Amino acid sequence: MSEGLVADSPRRALTVALLVAFVCGLLVSVVAVNLRPIQQANVEAERLAQLQLVLSALSNIGRVQKIDDLELRMVELASGRFDDSIDPALFDAERAAASASGGTAIPPQLDLAGLKRRALHAPVYLVRDSAGRLDLIILPVSGRGYQSTLHAWLVLDSDTRTVRALKFYQHGETPGVGARIEEPAWEAKWQGLRAFDDAGVLRIGVRNPAAGFSEDAAYQVDGISGATRTTQGVDGMLRFWLGEFGYAALLRRLREEQN
Amino acid sequence: MADSNWRILTRPLIDDNPLTLQILGICSALAVTTSLDTALLMSLVVVCVLALGSAVVSMMRRQLPHSVRIIVQITVIATLVIVVDQLLQAYAYDLSKRLSVFVGLIITNCIVLGRAEGFAMHNGVVASTLDGIGNGLGYSLILVTVGAIREFFGKGSLLNLQILVPTSQGGSFEPLQLMLLPPSAFFIIGGLIWLIRRRRPRQVEKPDFSLRLQERASK
Repeated sequence: MSEGLVADSPRRALTVALLVAFVCGLLVSVVAVNLRPIQQANVEAERLAQLQLVLSALSNIGRVQKIDDLELRMVELASGRFDDSIDPALFDAERAAASASGGTAIPPQLDLAGLKRRALHAPVYLVRDSAGRLDLIILPVSGRGYQSTLHAWLVLDSDTRTVRALKFYQHGETPGVGARIEEPAWEAKWQGLRAFDDAGVLRIGVRNPAAGFSEDAAYQVDGISGATRTTQGVDGMLRFWLGEFGYAALLRRLREEQN
Repeated sequence: MADSNWRILTRPLIDDNPLTLQILGICSALAVTTSLDTALLMSLVVVCVLALGSAVVSMMRRQLPHSVRIIVQITVIATLVIVVDQLLQAYAYDLSKRLSVFVGLIITNCIVLGRAEGFAMHNGVVASTLDGIGNGLGYSLILVTVGAIREFFGKGSLLNLQILVPTSQGGSFEPLQLMLLPPSAFFIIGGLIWLIRRRRPRQVEKPDFSLRLQERASK
């Protein structure tokens, strides 16, 4: 056909293909591994910037404007007790979840967030008012979306039932579709919603139109059309983390402490 | 190849522009041109990928068996795109988030594979690299033009510098919301194609068929 093309032989084709695959694979791996620390630092900075955004958006916190003013505590999820033997600055939830000593498997019937494993501990932020009383609880939550893991901050009122804010800080959902979960208009819908009813039953979630009218409707938010899988992921994420295998023990303890 | 290197570099700017003449790479042109800075970054990335991709493919062209050439070209292009994407995530995190999937989608941008298969497979390294840069610049020219128009009329700013004060902040400029939606890029690119073909009538394509007057339905 032209000067550039050489005769075909299966052996040659295979050799060239393998060689190209090897060189390209090596190049991609080296670059990815070497840049990972910088990329993770970016994600971490983004995470804190989002938290800062949440804080500035909440009018009632007044004096707390900087993340440094927050009380960062490690919680042992099973007991809900604070465990200060772990340095939150060095804590990596994903690594802990994957390890045998720092994580645990989630029973499949409880795994609404699709995470399979979670860490035994979690870093939570507490905001106190000037009298030292608990004002806000900021919980990191995560769950499986449509094509990525969603990460968000869930801000609860000191009554441990009312949602003050939900802010997504990391996800890889489809731009323009699933990624709309981080649009302020949708995130704002969660504000003021009560997660539990008066009997303490977990009711929060994303409304499922197929289920028709349900008395949970007052506790739920409309999904985003076209992003059913993503918003159902948000639903599962919240139900999991506010449930027994999530922060339920911590919230119970915080409630008791205040009474 | 009789073309001088200068022609190879400059022909794709207007005379053989990949976007307006060959109508390739439209998808990303719609997606990343809502503002000038994303358009510029995308342009830079595409120029780099095109130049390097064409150079590597041209270097390999004599060793490349015919039956596996396309998949090898795609592998080379994909590698370059992933490396660039990783670099952006490390050093231009905010912009890379706004470009989102469209950096990765350069792999499927027809311009890149088109130049590798159509030019670099039959030409020397220098000519192929110049061809890659030229086509990248041709793509960039349209991208930057569209990006500037959309950002100016959609937000009243250029490169995030506010030039016109919008009415929401007490000014007299009413932002044109349509400019921030994908269809506006279609209109602008369409307008550019019309403009170029007015000036360069040779680019006008002959119709494939002529429209026939609709026949009145007879009973």
